Amino acid sequence: MTSETSSSSLRPPLQASEVAIDDELPPLEIAIDRTFVIAAAIATRDYQDVHHDHEAAVKRGAPDIFLNILTTTGLVNRFVTDWAGPHARINKTAIRLGMPAHPGDTLTFTGTVTESADGVVTVSIDGTTARGSHASGSVTLSLSAVADSGDQR
Amino acid sequence: MSQDEHPGLTREQLDPFAGKSCGPSRQSRDPIAPSDIRSWIDAIGDTNPIYVDDDASMATGRSSVIAPPAMLQVWSMAGLGGTSKSTTQDPRKELFALLDDAGFTSVVATNCEQEYLGDAVPGDWITTSEVIESVSDVKDTGLGRGHFITTVMSFTASPDPLGDGELIGRQRWRLFRFAPKNRGSGGQAGGDSDRPPRPRPAINRDNAFFFEGTLAGELRIQKCDSCGTLRHPPSPACGACQSFDWSTVAMSGRGTIHSFVVNHHPQVPAFDYPLVVALVDLEEGVRFVAEMPDTDREDVAIGLPVEVRYRKQEDDLVMPHFVLAEGSSQ
Repeated sequence: MTSETSSSSLRPPLQASEVAIDDELPPLEIAIDRTFVIAAAIATRDYQDVHHDHEAAVKRGAPDIFLNILTTTGLVNRFVTDWAGPHARINKTAIRLGMPAHPGDTLTFTGTVTESADGVVTVSIDGTTARGSHASGSVTLSLSAVADSGDQR
Repeated sequence: MSQDEHPGLTREQLDPFAGKSCGPSRQSRDPIAPSDIRSWIDAIGDTNPIYVDDDASMATGRSSVIAPPAMLQVWSMAGLGGTSKSTTQDPRKELFALLDDAGFTSVVATNCEQEYLGDAVPGDWITTSEVIESVSDVKDTGLGRGHFITTVMSFTASPDPLGDGELIGRQRWRLFRFAPKNRGSGGQAGGDSDRPPRPRPAINRDNAFFFEGTLAGELRIQKCDSCGTLRHPPSPACGACQSFDWSTVAMSGRGTIHSFVVNHHPQVPAFDYPLVVALVDLEEGVRFVAEMPDTDREDVAIGLPVEVRYRKQEDDLVMPHFVLAEGSSQ
């Protein structure tokens, strides 16, 4: 693939010494519009009508189309690696699903470091809109992709 | 809904499903392409260079670009042209049929957990298999009564479509299959003894005339004795001339929709949703808010003529609502 970022400009890895329990991640705000909901549904190959067809969504009792779960998972991981940088490796993402997120909603992710030991960090995350909790849960990551990874290919 | 109506399935019925495979494993239709990753990062807005830039990815210690971990499930999606996910061999069909018959007809996804054990890279073929991990005993939740179903998908990646893949991740997925609360028929008073009662209005000396009117089948509105202005909701003094002297007049009950909302959330158990609530210009010139519980949201529009109807809520309480006037439905 073509080089878009010269490796010299790559963010240095986040060091375990820079991470403390109760550290807060910079919040991520997503202003959800129709294009976003639909583009993300298609990019995740999810063609359920409630994610792109307004009339179908209303017929099923929703006020409008809404984000699919694969997109929510993608946003959670993006939120965490935006903070941890490209060296980090996500090991596990576990979310509990709440209120749907619709066009017009602003989805805000906040996160707090809950565990940090030997370069492995757990972050609790919350994604909320004015409707309430959209998704909440935790992400566990290794700060370095190489250090503990036996299966690099 | 009474609990007797939905006692739930027994362990004897549920246990045979635990550990069952949801049909044969399925391979992605194509190997992972850089363009798949590009579409995803464009949509998600992820600027992590390790998904698109070999040099940057290698600088982090990886061998090449990798597919975003959160795309794990994407590789298993059939897409618009793919074959349906469920096959005749899928025991979930049998389980869902059992749950349907037991009254647990609604479904909502409650949890998604992904474990990333290895990296998928462009050129990899992804093979997915899924097993039912567990089916819970019947549980009561805010949504209603039902069973939680947990499945686990396993994903392997291989550069060779015929080769044995390496396990790159698992996804644990939990669904709640339930009998929804609050879905009575119609919502008429006394019609559904299991439903909680509707909230009662606070009746006082200022507004008692209104509820005496609805008991008599009349929509009574205050009229100022000194300037003749109609006012609603009830209040002690005239907003136009400040006079405390008033009497009431019965409205025709006809008007037009000035505006309306469709309430989806929050839901109060005594009402049916989505609930249309209309702001009506009564033909006498005063505005009045009431629900339109028997009208489909699609049929409501600003400017349509409506007529008042009355519904007995309790022995001593009758509430007004609106219906579309005869011949006005679109």
